[in-house]
Amino acid sequence: MPCLLVKDDRLVKTVKFRNPAYVGDPVNAIKIYNEKEVDELILLDISATREGREPNFELVETVANECFMPLCYGGGVREVEHARRLFGIGVEKVAINSHAAENESLVSECAALFGNQSIVLSIDVKKTWRGKRIVHTQGGRKKTSYDPVDYARRMEQAGAGEILLTSIDRDGTWSGYDVELIRAVTDAVNVPVIACGGAGSLEDFGEAVSAGGASAVAAGSMVVYSGHGLGVLIKFPSRKELECALK
Amino acid sequence: MSTEKIAIVDYGMGNLRSIANMLHHIGAPAEITGDLDAIRSAERLILPGVGSFAAGMQNIEERGLRSVLEERVLEARVPVLGICLGMQLLGKRSAEGDAEGLGWLDAESKRFNFEERPDLKIPHMGWNLVDVAKPSSLFEEGALEPRFYFVHSYHFVCADRSDVLCTTHHGHDFVSGVERDNIRGVQFHPEKSHKFGMRLLAGFAGLPC
Repeated sequence: MPCLLVKDDRLVKTVKFRNPAYVGDPVNAIKIYNEKEVDELILLDISATREGREPNFELVETVANECFMPLCYGGGVREVEHARRLFGIGVEKVAINSHAAENESLVSECAALFGNQSIVLSIDVKKTWRGKRIVHTQGGRKKTSYDPVDYARRMEQAGAGEILLTSIDRDGTWSGYDVELIRAVTDAVNVPVIACGGAGSLEDFGEAVSAGGASAVAAGSMVVYSGHGLGVLIKFPSRKELECALK
Repeated sequence: MSTEKIAIVDYGMGNLRSIANMLHHIGAPAEITGDLDAIRSAERLILPGVGSFAAGMQNIEERGLRSVLEERVLEARVPVLGICLGMQLLGKRSAEGDAEGLGWLDAESKRFNFEERPDLKIPHMGWNLVDVAKPSSLFEEGALEPRFYFVHSYHFVCADRSDVLCTTHHGHDFVSGVERDNIRGVQFHPEKSHKFGMRLLAGFAGLPC
């Protein structure tokens, strides 16, 4: 599934969570995905939490209205009320990241009110220079003390119905998913895990699923650029290509 | 080519914009309205909705929609399509509260019960396949594995099996679509089911598919 990033209401793509490059208008991109067979779309506002603001409900509503597929939104979801408003404007799933790490009860309250399956826990992971994987929040800017496996298990207990697992080190690099990380988390939890960060080819999708145990795969650069280091092209592999890759 | 106006009945249950957008996208004239005259003059009706059965019926009654809908659907026999909660309201009752449904079909909604199967989730949420039980303008004949997006905790049960348009499997087979003359309903969300949803709505709108 495409994982789209917005910053200041513009569609961007990062590399290792840095240097957001402008790639277009979110609504135009969604109109293109509507013509493909995209089964779900993730939209993350990467500036909301950093700017200490709530989600841009107007933008999310426009996107939800244009989206002919289920939509998962994340970014700046700090209170139960934010989640309630998002579901009201037609979002199918709400992703929580930084505010879950700071306030675990936000996950349990949302899960109790809106159902586990509507609550996605988004985990960003970065390796230290020693090679140890650590959960980061605030768009990768804040290092926590949490090990991703323990953290994922704890958030599953709290009520997260799905985990969006992103490798910061692989983000925008086209170098393949962090399969070791994906495998460690999928072995520890029962909820579906969406692998994110690093997809560069259809083979990478297959590897995240077969070797990593991921239930779904998300891609950023691959669906907004025509190739590594090349220009913007909003695209999505055909169902046939995907079925072949995930066989 | 049909240019008959479709009214998406707004009775205060959820965001209806994406249904309207998908209809516009496929070239079907549609408007979201709760206005009794607009509903009376529409040639096709969509009864959408997410939320609880009781709240849905209460809103329909309070807004004076019931008699207009009955006049159009039962007397003028304009095509109607219930979506999600809108399909469940076509039945007589639901396990979700004591409210009486529209009762246009001899059917009721029951809650999924998987006490013995903790692996099966409620609500049933996500993409699932649909087995078409009888020919209908809503589905392409011989379509390969049409699939749709579902979010629901209650499912429809028909007293008359001939009303069943399609079924889906979640723990057991359940009725995911109904059709009886001009009355149709689907449990899933065509407006979130990209090409399959567009095909279904085009069929309902009477557009060439």
